[in-house]
Amino acid sequence: MARWESVIGLEVHVQLNTASKIFSGAGTAFGEPPNTQACSIDLALPGVLPVLNAEVVRQAVLFGLAVQGKIAERCRFDRKNYFYPDLPKGYQISQLDEPIVRGGHVMIDTDDGARRIDLTRAHLEEDAGKSLHEDYAGLTGIDLNRAGTPLLEVVSEPQLTSPGEAAAYFRALHALVRYLGICDGDLSQGSMRCDANASVRRPGAPLGERTEIKNLNSFRFLEKALVFEIDRQIDVLESGGTVERETLLYDAERDETRPMRGKELSDDYRYFPDPDLLPVVVTRELLAEVRAGLPELADAKRERYQRTLGLDDHDARWLVADPDRAAYFEAAVDAGGQPKAAANWLMGDVAAALNRDGHPPSMIPVPAGQLAKLIERTLDETVSGKIAKSLFEMLWSSGEGDVDDLIAAHGLKQVSDDDALTKVVTDIVAANPAQAAQYRGGQAKLLGFFVGQVMKATSGKANPRKVNELLREHLGSP
Amino acid sequence: MTTLGTLTETRDALAAKAVSSVEVVGDCMKRIDAARHLNAFVTVCEQEALASAARADGAIARDGMRGLLGVPIAHKDIFCTDGVRTTCASRMLENFVSPYDATVVARLRAAGAVMVGKTNMDEFAMGSTNETSHFGPVANPWDVGRVPGGSSGGSAAALAAGLVPAATGTDTGGSIRQPAAFCGISGLKPTYGRVSRFGMVAFASSLDQGGPMARTAADLRLLLQHMEGHDPRDSTSADAGPTPHAPQQPALNVGIPREYWADLGDDVAGPLEEAVVSLRRLGHRCHDVSLPHTAFAVPVYYVVASAEASTNLSRYDGVRYGHRAAEPADLDDLYRRSRSEGFGVEVKRRILTGTYTLSVGYYDAYYGQAQRVRRLIRQDFLDAFGQVDVLLTPATPTPAPALGALTGGADPTVMYKQDVYTVPASLAGLPALSIPCGFADGLPVGLQLIGPYFAEDRLLALGEAYQRETDWHLRTPTAAEAL
Amino acid sequence: MALPGNVVEKLLRLSALSLEPHERSLLKGDLDKIVGLIDAMQSVDTHGVLPLAHPLDGTQPLRTDAVTESVDRDRLQRNAPLARDGLYLVPRVVE
Repeated sequence: MARWESVIGLEVHVQLNTASKIFSGAGTAFGEPPNTQACSIDLALPGVLPVLNAEVVRQAVLFGLAVQGKIAERCRFDRKNYFYPDLPKGYQISQLDEPIVRGGHVMIDTDDGARRIDLTRAHLEEDAGKSLHEDYAGLTGIDLNRAGTPLLEVVSEPQLTSPGEAAAYFRALHALVRYLGICDGDLSQGSMRCDANASVRRPGAPLGERTEIKNLNSFRFLEKALVFEIDRQIDVLESGGTVERETLLYDAERDETRPMRGKELSDDYRYFPDPDLLPVVVTRELLAEVRAGLPELADAKRERYQRTLGLDDHDARWLVADPDRAAYFEAAVDAGGQPKAAANWLMGDVAAALNRDGHPPSMIPVPAGQLAKLIERTLDETVSGKIAKSLFEMLWSSGEGDVDDLIAAHGLKQVSDDDALTKVVTDIVAANPAQAAQYRGGQAKLLGFFVGQVMKATSGKANPRKVNELLREHLGSP
Repeated sequence: MTTLGTLTETRDALAAKAVSSVEVVGDCMKRIDAARHLNAFVTVCEQEALASAARADGAIARDGMRGLLGVPIAHKDIFCTDGVRTTCASRMLENFVSPYDATVVARLRAAGAVMVGKTNMDEFAMGSTNETSHFGPVANPWDVGRVPGGSSGGSAAALAAGLVPAATGTDTGGSIRQPAAFCGISGLKPTYGRVSRFGMVAFASSLDQGGPMARTAADLRLLLQHMEGHDPRDSTSADAGPTPHAPQQPALNVGIPREYWADLGDDVAGPLEEAVVSLRRLGHRCHDVSLPHTAFAVPVYYVVASAEASTNLSRYDGVRYGHRAAEPADLDDLYRRSRSEGFGVEVKRRILTGTYTLSVGYYDAYYGQAQRVRRLIRQDFLDAFGQVDVLLTPATPTPAPALGALTGGADPTVMYKQDVYTVPASLAGLPALSIPCGFADGLPVGLQLIGPYFAEDRLLALGEAYQRETDWHLRTPTAAEAL
Repeated sequence: MALPGNVVEKLLRLSALSLEPHERSLLKGDLDKIVGLIDAMQSVDTHGVLPLAHPLDGTQPLRTDAVTESVDRDRLQRNAPLARDGLYLVPRVVE
């Protein structure tokens, strides 16, 4: 029996980075007391009207240009009608037939190299409020702070072939919107939320019936939910059943998907053009202005890191996968840090320390300039690599201090002086005649023993290259 | 109590300090009280009004007259007023107090006008007789057994009875012009976008337009000046600048659209034909023109207006404000009962009609087709304005019908068909003026002047000239004289 | 034209309205008449005619991105039929 293929498409809701809402002048701050960010327009009081936020249009255009999509000269807002307590107007203002961006693509990294994922569209809409299900005397509480927050809904073609690819795509999109500065990317606050459509089929067969998993807000949950759902669909089909088209929720605690209850919003949204809003025109001037402000994106950075900074593909790819990491790397290089060394630091000690603290790259406590200096002092042999590591730990834990000051204050300068080291080496060789004899007798690996002894005697400050040189000189040939 | 003057006369009397605002407002209060049987007001704000009047008197004494300082005005209860309840004549909003002023209200307040109260209307402005109000029908001051028209019937009746010198109204398919005609007063539906919709409870967003209602065309001009203007809070607001006031109007080519006269009864046709004669006497030329898609305007209007209304009224769900059903069993029960108890039957009809025309499988045949025919209707007007400067039509097919005559039967479309002369200009978004032009069996008859976009000045100037030639607008019902 | 009976049920559900049985037959009759009225426009040949959503051919104005609205929650919630701790309360919602 042939294997199964999975077909996955994602709809990612990107919360745009604006001070005010998409159609009102209320603030968008997160974590405020309930209903303190919901003005009369967000509450849909009688008589209020929407006016479109210019920044929302700019950010959507920026996204469209970045993915090389087609920016609509004219687009339109529609009403999507359904009743739900977190939707104050009884309709959501969205874009049905005339989205602001059509097409475009995002590149993702897979095990088989880079792959292009095409986008269907990206459209603007308003977010809904939140239903709080904690018990208020058996009732549900409604907080409308989030109502009217601008969203860009990015819809991919169903071109993702595995849960891993879906997560890679979500990651790539996450990196992209942060490079563009149009979203803070904070998944824990729901700044990016993902709905996944998944179906399975035999290779070459027509598309199978799909299900939609709603509200996945982490890379890991997206992947796990899809793994579960695809396995479930395969089980259903292999046991002779049929997959029903339905909307599912992912229960992370139980690691399973289950049908959504209650929130069957509508079977007929009665979309029609919102008569309170007029057609949106993206002028040539705006397009030119946004294009001019387009930042360097991951692919261009990766190419530049390889071409002008001499990094290999692997390192460059790893650095650009996160905008904050790339920014830190560039700051360290700009401060004089040798690029390859800076990349190694980031991949090694920095990544380990972040991992240990559970922090993202935006929270590296060591100023990039200090890392650059640390690299410089290692390369000019002021300190050894080992000492550099302990200096890095000092900088990391204190979050302040200057590399040169720390070297001076703790007497960490490497001892490279021939006379001083010669004396130490002579003493050590003299003090260990047995080992010296074994070495000369052919046990070359005993050199390490002598190096260790010298380092111990110099509290690790001896220049290892010099120590090796002098030991060979004094011990003679193995 | 003296007879209440026009808005212009009141303003001039206040400027000349011949009378104080407290006196004028106090007079209005007495008249409103004496005319309670008309049911023209939903809310009267006597204390606030007298306090504002006293402040206005102080300001006039200190700095002299400006704008509409101290002039009493009534607002249709569709305009949100900060601190004074705004009901839209619906049980749904019976206790709703807006935390903000509609732009129109704020502008008139800034001009110094004193709000005396909120006028009765058809529920959510859906009706042509004022009988759909949760607070009961309004009586026509010319004959209390007859309707004042709708939906701005309370404002029209209040003006006809001399209770206030000025009032605001809104017009979606004729809601200023038709009650103006039935009550023998003057009303203007401005070009769509001339007057801000912000704070005007929405009925049909692409049609709703606020406008002035008063005794004379000159008063409408004065009132419009303090209502109109671009509003950044309304995306559909036009940036057309203030309505100009050309010192002299040239002789005009007046078009008489034959489709509007074909089925007209003699009682209304007579005064209209006399009006044509008057306009000729004023030096204007009258020509026959044709607006071939006129017959489709009522169907198109009821599709567009109901569709927009059906979703505009979805916000009334009993959650954040408005009527909420007692002890709902679940969320669906909360919605359904709150809305069913809160809305009257006409509102429900429109919501269901609109929901039908927007639903899957029907959208293109109804909403889509309506928007296409709407373009043809507008094109008729654009073509006509290639030949003539204004159009003269009847405002209504008949004078004011008896209470219950249009709404008591088994067919709601009988009432809808009354809007036949007013809805075409609404669909095209054109300015249209309704002024009295005679009587039929003691009841006022109105004419309608429709102009090109933003040609309010031309309509008002023609109205002013006509009202210098005639005195229909000065006639008052005997009931009003008795007040 | 008469609408199928189940259409009225669907319309009531979509518009979150409920009616007493006698109102239902009344409204059903009304809707049939209203649909009869609006169907008159079906005879117009609109081939190639673009829909007109707004009388004026305007384009959407854009607002500068700034916080301009102040929120006085207590004042706004004075109109709320049921609110507690700043939240609007509704019958329990299950997702």
